[in-house]
Amino acid sequence: MPADTTGAPLAIDARGIRRIYKTKPPVVALDGIDLQVEPGELFGLLGPNGAGKTTLIKILTTLLLPSEGTARIFGFDVVTRTKELRRIMNMVAGGEQSGYGMLTVHEQLWMFSQFYGLGVREGRRRVEELIEAVGLAEQRMQRVSTLSTGERQKMNFARGLLNDPWIFFLDEPTLGLDVSAARSVRDLVRAWQAAVPGRTILLTTHYMAEADELCERLAIVDHGKILAIGTPDELKRRVQRESIFRLEVDQLDGGPATLARLPGVTSAVIAANGRQEGDETSQTVAVNLALEGDAALGSVVNALGGIGSRIVSLQKSEPSLEDVFVELVGRGFDEAEANGSPSSGGRDPNDEPPAHAERPPTGEPAEVGR
Amino acid sequence: MSSVYVNRPTASPQAAAAWDTRRQLLTNVRGIGGRAYPRVSGILRERSWLFFEILLPFMTTSGFVFVYRALHAPPAYIGFVVLGGAMTAFWLNVMWMMAAQLYWEKDQGNLELYFTAPVSMMSILLGMAVGGMAMSFARAIVVLAIGAIVYGVQFQIEQWALLLAVFALTLAALYGLGMVLASLFLLWGREAWHLTQLTVEPIYFVSGLNFPVGRLGALGALAIGTIPLAVGLDAMRQLAFVNAPGLGGTPSPGIEAGILVVMTVIFIGVARWMLTRLEMLARREGKLTMRWG
Ligand SMILES: Nc1ncnc2c1ncn2[C@@H]1O[C@H](COP(=O)(O)OP(=O)(O)OP(=O)(O)O)[C@@H](O)[C@H]1O
Ligand SMILES: [Mg+2]
Repeated sequence: MPADTTGAPLAIDARGIRRIYKTKPPVVALDGIDLQVEPGELFGLLGPNGAGKTTLIKILTTLLLPSEGTARIFGFDVVTRTKELRRIMNMVAGGEQSGYGMLTVHEQLWMFSQFYGLGVREGRRRVEELIEAVGLAEQRMQRVSTLSTGERQKMNFARGLLNDPWIFFLDEPTLGLDVSAARSVRDLVRAWQAAVPGRTILLTTHYMAEADELCERLAIVDHGKILAIGTPDELKRRVQRESIFRLEVDQLDGGPATLARLPGVTSAVIAANGRQEGDETSQTVAVNLALEGDAALGSVVNALGGIGSRIVSLQKSEPSLEDVFVELVGRGFDEAEANGSPSSGGRDPNDEPPAHAERPPTGEPAEVGR
Repeated sequence: MSSVYVNRPTASPQAAAAWDTRRQLLTNVRGIGGRAYPRVSGILRERSWLFFEILLPFMTTSGFVFVYRALHAPPAYIGFVVLGGAMTAFWLNVMWMMAAQLYWEKDQGNLELYFTAPVSMMSILLGMAVGGMAMSFARAIVVLAIGAIVYGVQFQIEQWALLLAVFALTLAALYGLGMVLASLFLLWGREAWHLTQLTVEPIYFVSGLNFPVGRLGALGALAIGTIPLAVGLDAMRQLAFVNAPGLGGTPSPGIEAGILVVMTVIFIGVARWMLTRLEMLARREGKLTMRWG
């Protein structure tokens, strides 16, 4: 049993996973994935469409065999120890249409509770609790087929939590949710995870801000390979070779060249300043400063004092995960996704591209006689 | 201590994964109930099934009744047809509500949830069967009752216990076969669907739904040896219409009951083996899931 240094098995320990779909031509969906996730982590997979994220989740959830390589979840091999694994995991996918449309929310969740080994009455009680927790109390007697996308996804979450999983796989869980629904789902997931040390989550998402906010560590995946792995901060530091500051002063004698000459300053250029034109009273000068390190800031501040400039504001500009993504994947997230929204770093996690939002509802299969 | 985030506290993933036999058994039993639930409640919610599932098939049966009457066939033949009509319900249930249903479940994304749940696929299939059986029973009873009242069918039964045993065994063998078919649907969804549709009528014919299978000679003997519906129906006819003409040429009900036992054991064994094998194969081929992707 592979173990980390403390002796307890890793939550996820994947080594050399390859998956080839034998289509014509064959598709190499995963191409040598090595991934170690500690118990208790909330780990994110970030990557463009077709990167292989869902394929990896399918392998880890025992639905698909790897073509090569091994993976263990809490020490249980995903190929051979499916029995044990299925007792301790659960999964929720965005756009999931599981269950039967003519059941009520309560009935459907109770049905699933029976598959997860809860007692008949225990299941009923648990379902009530979770319906309350995900905020579906009003819909509890509503037919599943009439739920809105967001309500449906909340129900799917309740389903995923029914069996107290130790590992929870989430494949684009907030797909199609509005801002507040996505937030409440994220809060729920965090609170659920915090309730028991060791509970582990593997999440895929297309929303940079969601990954940044939620995940303790991330892997950036493309073409079936992990391109980078680390905490969001570590990843951002990778693309940040210099410290970038935005400095605003009341006046700057000698122009930015004064600052550019200082030791440790790589460059100093005048930045566009919204307040510059016309507004005489608050006229300021904004400069973009690139420094070799934060320490060089001292000499800048001293120099400004020397020429009698007063600092109005000073901001360090942080790279976004999107910058990391662009650098590693070699194309913007939006180009990779081809949904054409401006690539502006702090994109709202729920800035839903219409293609997703208008996903047509899938029909229910007739559960009654054919 | 249980809370909304913790239902049954476990010390570690390893502890949570270690289930005793009792828990495994209970989960599988509850799984049957869970899967049967939507089927039963669906029947109660969609009343139109009454029309489609009971009245329409009864018309087919009635058609044969009128033909036999016109031909001045022995009155017992009307009883044979009515019994055949009653048993058709169970056969249809196995074919469409169990085997073919898996195809829809996969399309819907339910199949992957069934597989990733700690419940055996056999229980899920049994749940489908049990739920559908409720409907089949209703239909069988209605057909028998109408047969007795409208067409004056008279049953002559001497061995009640054996008749009930044969009926139960027929169901067991039939549902065993259903599980085998279901495992085929797992891998060859669409193809299996077409194949099933192609075989429906021939199987009706060789099962002798509308006449005693003994009339078919060698083909009938083959059917008795391989098709649960054929052997079960023949045994039930012998037991429900004692001494009726036209029933010769087939083994005694006792022997046919034995054949059913063997069939049940074989079908359930094969289904178990196939479900395990095909699950592995489907995982390799990437056929357990259609959605997500
Ligand atoms: N069943 C399959 N048969 C053949 N090819 C497949 C199959 N499933 C996935 N693929 C291919 O494998 C690659 C990885 O797909 P996967 O669904 O894992 O990507 P993903 O990262 O989840 O993408 P997305 O962000 O769009 O969900 C894609 O090129 C896809 O076309
Ligand atoms: Mg995906």
